[in-house]
Amino acid sequence: MKRKLSHKIVHVAVLAFFVVLLAFPFYWMVIATFKENLDLYNVQNNPFLFHIKPTMANLNLLFGETRFLRWLWNTALVGVLVVIITLLLSIPAAYALARLTGRWGERLGIGIFLTYLVPPTLLFIPLSRVIAVLGLQDTIWSLVLVYPSVTIPFSIWLLMGFFKSIPKELEDAAMVDGLTRFGAFLKMVVPISLSGILTVVIFTFTLVTQEFVYALTFISPESNQMVGVGIPIFLVRGDVYYWGSLMAACLIASLPVAFIYNLFLDRFIAGFTVGAVKG
Amino acid sequence: MAVVQTRNVTKVFKEGELGAVNNVNLETREGEFLVFLGPSGSGKTTLLRMIAGLETPTSGEILIGGKVVNDLTPRERRIAMVFQSYALYPHLTVYKNIAFPLKAQNVPKNLHKEKVEWASSLLGIGALLQRKPRELSGGERQRVALARAIVREPSVFLLDEPLSNLDAKLRLSAREELERFHRRVGTTTIYVTHDQVEAMAMGDRIMVLNKGVVRQIGTPKEVYDDPADTFVATFLGSPPMNLVENDGVIVGFRPEHFRLAEDIREVDKLTFKFRVENVEYLGAEFILSGLLMGGKADGKKVIARLLLGHSYEAGTTYDFAISARQLKFFDRTTEKKVPAKALTWQ
Amino acid sequence: MAVGGGKIKSIGAAQSPLLGFAMFSPALLYIGLLIGAPFVLAVFYAFSDARIGGGEMHYVGLENFRSILQSPSFRKALENSIIFTICAQIIVMVCANILSIALEKPFRGRGLVRFLILLPWVAPVSLGTIGWKWILDSIYSVITWVLVWLHIVKPYSGPYWLGEAKLAMASVILVHCWRLIPFSTVILLAGRTAIPKEIPEAAAIDGAGFWRTTFQINLPIMTPILSVAVLFGTIFTFTDMTVVYILTAGGPYDSTQTLPSLAFATGIQGSDLAAGAAISLFLVPVLIAIAYLMLRVAHRSEVI
Repeated sequence: MKRKLSHKIVHVAVLAFFVVLLAFPFYWMVIATFKENLDLYNVQNNPFLFHIKPTMANLNLLFGETRFLRWLWNTALVGVLVVIITLLLSIPAAYALARLTGRWGERLGIGIFLTYLVPPTLLFIPLSRVIAVLGLQDTIWSLVLVYPSVTIPFSIWLLMGFFKSIPKELEDAAMVDGLTRFGAFLKMVVPISLSGILTVVIFTFTLVTQEFVYALTFISPESNQMVGVGIPIFLVRGDVYYWGSLMAACLIASLPVAFIYNLFLDRFIAGFTVGAVKG
Repeated sequence: MAVVQTRNVTKVFKEGELGAVNNVNLETREGEFLVFLGPSGSGKTTLLRMIAGLETPTSGEILIGGKVVNDLTPRERRIAMVFQSYALYPHLTVYKNIAFPLKAQNVPKNLHKEKVEWASSLLGIGALLQRKPRELSGGERQRVALARAIVREPSVFLLDEPLSNLDAKLRLSAREELERFHRRVGTTTIYVTHDQVEAMAMGDRIMVLNKGVVRQIGTPKEVYDDPADTFVATFLGSPPMNLVENDGVIVGFRPEHFRLAEDIREVDKLTFKFRVENVEYLGAEFILSGLLMGGKADGKKVIARLLLGHSYEAGTTYDFAISARQLKFFDRTTEKKVPAKALTWQ
Repeated sequence: MAVGGGKIKSIGAAQSPLLGFAMFSPALLYIGLLIGAPFVLAVFYAFSDARIGGGEMHYVGLENFRSILQSPSFRKALENSIIFTICAQIIVMVCANILSIALEKPFRGRGLVRFLILLPWVAPVSLGTIGWKWILDSIYSVITWVLVWLHIVKPYSGPYWLGEAKLAMASVILVHCWRLIPFSTVILLAGRTAIPKEIPEAAAIDGAGFWRTTFQINLPIMTPILSVAVLFGTIFTFTDMTVVYILTAGGPYDSTQTLPSLAFATGIQGSDLAAGAAISLFLVPVLIAIAYLMLRVAHRSEVI
């Protein structure tokens, strides 16, 4: 029984170490958010404690004197539009691939998955010129156009898995009952796959909030920024960082995304494992 | 060689729930082949896993070779176990699978080859040593699992439904092979199964479990001919024992003992009118199901199992009888065996 | 494998190839236009003298490649990209394995622990990195404060975490690890829970202890999933620009510059499209290698 106790201690110690390491920056954001500047910028003070009463000043500054709300709005708008484009293109494509029998469907599917591996840092230079030529520079429409190229491949891959798990007999039955092939897809397959489609919605939306390189490259004016770029770039004035407001902004922008993503994580992981895990 | 004992072993998975295993006391004999038999959920596998050290008992003691092993890890118990799925290591060749226990127990390296060859020739898999598990058939996998179990010469063998993944034909030959194997190595073996035919065919003794409670321990003949309660009576035998209630006791008789009255020569016998409702012809025998007619047993459903000879027709009533010494008596409330009673049936 | 083609010929899209094609081609076109075409354009630029705002483009052959190969910044960036990627992968694999073992069995509060552990992955990376920038601040760093409090360093002479080359490199690696550990952990956890539980049990009965079961049984069985985690991790670190750009902007003196951040500094901030494109093209060989390995993993796990 002694062995069990020491196991337990090691177990708790390992978990505690990683929880502290991984969650600490977010804890630290919470602390900074509510600290007075006088307290925050005093090296003598123990940074873990509040030496002056917690304050809302940083939050007031963030919402009152910066474009934070505007960035949130931009991000939400781009997110919704990209979700719509992604769904419109990836659902039919995934269905076609899932039902293409034989080697072709398989090959195309893997090929699509591989394009997900192409990083923005490879393409941002030529794309910045494409955006300029199209006259979309400095507008959020540039991102609405480009982001689907990142989200569609992985979405097709995720949805293919969902569609393949639907028995073909179901569509056969629907067609015997008088629907067309496309009608069977719209009225049977899509409703059944709602949870898969929801997964794609979450994936797409979180990707839009997380992306940095394209947003940084395509958009320069402060008012048209997305949160992911606006906070780290434009809340910094010169060399002075408004750390309290900065941390508040990070916290507010990341926690909801983190929470939603967390709920759907297992499904994304199933997509990432490329079939290396079965069951 | 060693003896396995359990003393009041109980396992409760969730507090407040019924135990998966309740108060089990058992003692194997030296070199015996003991079968744990029961339906799924009867606790037989849990009990086996506690003996192996994969599960900790909630209370009670487990002894191997006279020593309490509750606090020992599986490796310290010197046992071998064959799992239902065989649990072969998929990334290792057959040779390395069999050699793994030797490596893990720090047997000197120069002995590995010899021992692996001994174990594999014992099971006739010498030609498969360089294959990976996924390239083997079900029967071959079972043999590799056995070889891996035998190679370290354990004091006890634990087998968890090792035949259930084989098809019917293969199961028969694998069963014979296991029996021969046990006779040859003579190691104390505990074998878990839900298949009564396997249990009857292989066991020196059978321990029948239901809902985590031991119902009976005995030789196959004892548990079949002299069941301790109605559960054992109906779980063993196919079709199961007929049970008819009369005067506060349950009377049981095996379908094969329920025959045409004229065929039973004993004077002391119990006769019924038997109205046959359905006849199944199974090639070597008939299974008749129907109702007893008249008297206190009127309308009771019973089954008879008869060798060929006569022919029977559904819808006809025959004179059937059971020899009195084949009647079993059980208490109506406890369902436990009680001494024979004289009953009136009219 | 999710992509196993059905053997039974049913009325699938195969029976109406036109419909299948019509459903598939819009997505293909989109991807082709926004991934394929820019890639071709990048190659084009790399062999030209294109500049932002510049007039005509001319073909200059391998000139761009020759000049960047001679530039010390480029060599440093290539070296850094490789060092960051390899160091991060090693640390991440060790940590993720330990953490996935700790998270495997259910315990009270596992849901909360999982959420906290996953935060770095599920929160936007640029925002998490800003959090680190505050933790690693030159004056107000909490780490420095703790070190002073422990009397390991003297007050006001604390380390400049992002201002000294070696420390800045370590900081970048740290943040990459911080971000990747959650991702790799959940992938490994998926692999670990897919091992039938009889296999480690059989190993325990065969006499294997914790270490032997881990290294000779569990890890070898998990090889495909480990490689998936490493391959994704490599892509995420090798092609990342966000962490470096926010944390150090490549500094001090290019000491933490990586290929993507150098490409950004050269191509966008420095307006030299041609050189920037040429620098990013150095990512391609790594990407191809990873794509190839990924295919092999997918293929193998289908056969097994």
